[in-house]
Amino acid sequence: MSAIVHLRSAVALIGRFPALAGVDLDVHAGEILLLRGPNGAGKTTLLGVCAGLIGLSTGEAVVLGEDLTKNRRAVRRRVGLLGHDSFLYQDLSVVENLDFWSRAAAATVADGRAALDRLGVASRLFELPVHSLSAGQRRRVSFAAMICRRPELWLLDEPHAGLDSAGRDLVDGLMSEAATSGATVLFASHELDRAEHVAHRSVTISGGVILDETPPSTETRAEL
Amino acid sequence: MTTTKIQSASTVSPAPTGTGSRGTKVLGGFALVFLAIAVVYGLFISPPDAQLGNTIRIIYMHVPTVMAAYLAFIITAVSSGMYLWKRTEFWDLLGSSAAEIGVLFFAVTIVDGALWGKVTWGVFWRWEPRLTTSAVLLIMYIGYLAVRAIPADPRTRATRCAIIGIVAIVNVPIVHKAVDWWRGLHQGKTVLGTIDPEMGGTQLFAMYSSLIAGLLVCVWLLIHRFRAGFLAERASDLGLDQALEERRLESSPATGEDA
Amino acid sequence: MSQPGGVLGDALLVARKDLLLERRAKIGIGQVLPFAILVLLLFAFALDPDRGILKLATPGLFWVTVLFSAVLTLQRSFALEAEDGILEALRLSGMSPAGIYLGKVTALTIELLLLEAVLVLGVAVLYDTKFLGIPLLFAIALLATLGIAGAGAVYGALAARLRSRETLLPLLLLPLLAPVLIAATRGCEVSLEREAMSGWPWAALLGIFALVYLTLGSFLFRPLLEDA
Repeated sequence: MSAIVHLRSAVALIGRFPALAGVDLDVHAGEILLLRGPNGAGKTTLLGVCAGLIGLSTGEAVVLGEDLTKNRRAVRRRVGLLGHDSFLYQDLSVVENLDFWSRAAAATVADGRAALDRLGVASRLFELPVHSLSAGQRRRVSFAAMICRRPELWLLDEPHAGLDSAGRDLVDGLMSEAATSGATVLFASHELDRAEHVAHRSVTISGGVILDETPPSTETRAEL
Repeated sequence: MTTTKIQSASTVSPAPTGTGSRGTKVLGGFALVFLAIAVVYGLFISPPDAQLGNTIRIIYMHVPTVMAAYLAFIITAVSSGMYLWKRTEFWDLLGSSAAEIGVLFFAVTIVDGALWGKVTWGVFWRWEPRLTTSAVLLIMYIGYLAVRAIPADPRTRATRCAIIGIVAIVNVPIVHKAVDWWRGLHQGKTVLGTIDPEMGGTQLFAMYSSLIAGLLVCVWLLIHRFRAGFLAERASDLGLDQALEERRLESSPATGEDA
Repeated sequence: MSQPGGVLGDALLVARKDLLLERRAKIGIGQVLPFAILVLLLFAFALDPDRGILKLATPGLFWVTVLFSAVLTLQRSFALEAEDGILEALRLSGMSPAGIYLGKVTALTIELLLLEAVLVLGVAVLYDTKFLGIPLLFAIALLATLGIAGAGAVYGALAARLRSRETLLPLLLLPLLAPVLIAATRGCEVSLEREAMSGWPWAALLGIFALVYLTLGSFLFRPLLEDA
């Protein structure tokens, strides 16, 4: 299996601060990789680099076959990022947001509606402006906006945060489904109990570098 | 991507103590010589103008400063374009240094234009084409400097300034056209800012020497400013190696080996 | 790097979204328009309607009001894009930057033209203006507005992420728009038969300004979106 994500000695600067100080990482197709680490370790930056949003100052980065040191923009359509920000227009309604963002990503309005259903967003919420939703509902809408693009690489920054128990189960289910259908999932989380059940593998990042790897547990290894 | 050079303490040469060099000393010498010639001919030897008397002598300062200002802004514009293409620090530094110098010369132009106005017309300001255009351009480039001063990532700052540099220069001919049509309705062209073709002999000589002096001073200032900016960037870079080390040490001792 | 519709498809998508946002948030109608009317009133207070200065100065006052209103509209429009990570989302979407730019310019132009239409009524009522030379007036309004939107969108995007955008955007944009103010005012004066000359050269200058900045903006929007 060739690596979907391949980073070698990746250094990424935010201003002059080395958020990533030499990261080596390989992620293979269909894997669900958990990214652990303390606050400020570089998890968000790592996800941003994989999305092609943040450039490297030195090192190698090849994601989905695209060399990010040459062209960061090519990979963006093929990844999906769920970040700390909602990526939604607060004044527009749920469906207006999904209609815009799905069409912006060359998906269809129907894809957007299907994604909302999949994320369990109740249809009575559809016409409501995003700012009037609860944080958990907003998170589901952001997630829906991501999956309607059908990304090959999922980059999730604390996907369970803000969701109730049913929501967290849903997210786990989505991640597993994505992996079995061929996508790759890279997610950062502090919810270690839950995360370790769904992840195939986990790595710890601290001080801008990857520290160690946890081999897949036996149950999940069988699913790979 | 920013091209940051990571240098460790052992390989970097001792920091220069100033921005001067043999080249700039020679250049400065020539500038002084031409300045001296310009002052002597401009203020003393060349004859006063038939209509304007001795006040015409301001032209020996006004024209060079305005030409130098335009030269500086053209350098900024070209550097801005080159930066957006090549993304190297050189073009960013050149563009921003030139913008500062351009603002300086433009400010001087407006001040001496106002002084001349006070002496000839009795008022510090007239809405004549040159002064009006200069005022607008000055404010545009002050905006450039204001954005430059905002602390940001080097690449972000350079991109913002490059965009302003290009947008501003494109506006210059448009502003000229609009102001000339507008003010040209109400008064004829004034002598200010033009090289009168009827100038002869010593007047022309004074004009050209002051022009050369102005351009030499502009280039001299530009080189020094560029070097000062370059050194400032290198000083920031030297911290990078150290920052990388400190960053890696953030890994908790229990789990961590450094990468 | 853009969708099947290309640059134009992206532009239409963004323009519709912006106009929809305006309908929801009602910034233009709720805040900018009252501000603009207020400015017209303030000018009347300052310039004393009885002395005839107001009538003479009407074209200039109108366009100054439009410029201030444009700055407010731009600030609001781009502030929305700078929140909630929207700029990152736009970069991730893969839409062409030129398309995003043209979409925003289109929406801005429409919003400003609507504002100007109401202001024209305001000026007709408050300053007792008689309108002549309508074709020239239309041409000038359209071309000036396109120029304001085109140049404004560039600086609006640049200032979007800056905390000092409220003071920086006027400082950057208004000197740039000085030729637009001059040309639009002079052209309107001709149109109202205050000046005896042809107004079409002024309209032509406005057209050149608009063309230059729309072209420049389309090219500059990619580095703007990525790095600024």
